[in-house]
Amino acid sequence: MNTRNRIRNVHPGYNSILVSFDPLISNHSELEKFIRGLLQQNEDIHIQNRIVEIPTCYGGEFGSDLDEVSHRCGLAANDVIRLHSSAEYIVYFLGFSPGFPYLGGLPPELSVPRLSVPRTRVPTGSVAIAGKQAGVYPVSSPGGWRIIGRTPLKLFEPSKEPPTLLQIGDYVKFVPITETEFQNMSIA
Amino acid sequence: MPLIRVLHPGFQTTIQDLGRFGFAHLGISASGAADALSLRVGNLLVGNKEAESALEMTLLGAELDFEERCVIAITGSDFGPKLNGQALPSWQSLEVPAGGHLQLGPTRNGSRCYLCIAGGFDIPLTLGSRSTHLLTGLGGLDGRSLKRGDVLRTRSSASKSFQPRSLDTYFLMGFNSKEKQIHVTEGLQSGYFSDKVTEMFYSSPYTVSEDSNRMGLRLLGPRIEHSHEVEIVTEGAPVGAVQIPQNGEPIILFVEHQTTGGYPKIANVITADLHLVGQLRPRDLVRFQKVSFAEALPRYHEQERFVQSVRNLAL
Repeated sequence: MNTRNRIRNVHPGYNSILVSFDPLISNHSELEKFIRGLLQQNEDIHIQNRIVEIPTCYGGEFGSDLDEVSHRCGLAANDVIRLHSSAEYIVYFLGFSPGFPYLGGLPPELSVPRLSVPRTRVPTGSVAIAGKQAGVYPVSSPGGWRIIGRTPLKLFEPSKEPPTLLQIGDYVKFVPITETEFQNMSIA
Repeated sequence: MPLIRVLHPGFQTTIQDLGRFGFAHLGISASGAADALSLRVGNLLVGNKEAESALEMTLLGAELDFEERCVIAITGSDFGPKLNGQALPSWQSLEVPAGGHLQLGPTRNGSRCYLCIAGGFDIPLTLGSRSTHLLTGLGGLDGRSLKRGDVLRTRSSASKSFQPRSLDTYFLMGFNSKEKQIHVTEGLQSGYFSDKVTEMFYSSPYTVSEDSNRMGLRLLGPRIEHSHEVEIVTEGAPVGAVQIPQNGEPIILFVEHQTTGGYPKIANVITADLHLVGQLRPRDLVRFQKVSFAEALPRYHEQERFVQSVRNLAL
């Protein structure tokens, strides 16, 4: 049986995987057997221990929630930047919008709740945090996380293979840059 | 190849096919026609493969000039199509002569209609599909809806021998009923809501909010109170999931949905009814009816048998 037709989409989460299938070709019990079979072959899964650096211009118009975050955390803005950029994060999975990484590893001092009313439009490249999570918005979309900076890096390019900069299992470090560096990197 | 000029784009007209599957693990939802059934039928009527790209129009239709002869079919809701001022029937294949002027107006029933054209549109594939993902600017014509002055081409000319095909019974989809019934199965977090709240969810009509689009439909009505955690550990979210955010107003995740979400899902629209969701307009009333997986499946099979009968028509 052709697995590409049978399985329509796979959505990884923190502790779950949603598999959607075509009920004309398969059913729950047949698919469960197939997936359990796959799980027994898990020694073939390779994850590169790659570290991807994400240059980030913090605060100002690029990180409109930085002041609110530092206020809530009882830290100076510079300490928020230092903590956020000194941690090493792991990409647990990509979800929400194209190339959006759900990152684990946010220093607990930076835990802040989501916005009570999500923004209707978060700019492309926004570096954001919420609860224990960190992330980057690769495309402009609605969003409820708090924005502390912006990266000039493109995290989603449909013409590339793979189209997303980050993959599951990658490690991420945020590297502070100035606004001038941001502009130069955007042009390059 | 035949060329079509956009004189007026309508409210929101996009290139759509059956969607971009297989990329949810990268955060990319399938997109594709909001009413996939109408798109498939329209394509079969003009002799295309059912997954071919077509124009999806929303609420107010487009005005187009055809420079060469084309074969088209208009399906979905009734936008009062006119060719050179003469009313055109829907749900059948038609010839548009060179110099033909096609005009679609405001909808008379549901929210979307499809203009399928023999040969399909000459639009590059993005990740295997021509469908437009408006939210992310992916696919279609530069990832956006059409605007005045756009020029579209088909990939091949319509064959000279025109085979008129029409559906012998009027295609009834309940577009005209005042209150739309949508069948759902239980959501993964159905148990997060009290019996009283669940009973209210299934017995009350909900109004489709103006703030609805291809990403999601917001529903106004009795608020669904959380009796469990308001946020869950982020997990995969399928098309048709009815999620309950903090404010208790249900959202149906639709074709351009987020691939994961952190709100509990009380129900999920069955696949056979997704095309009905694609025809809901702002201010429409919907009522949810719960069915089991076992009850949902025959509805899907019935729909596929109908598509098969259209396929046979095209042979």
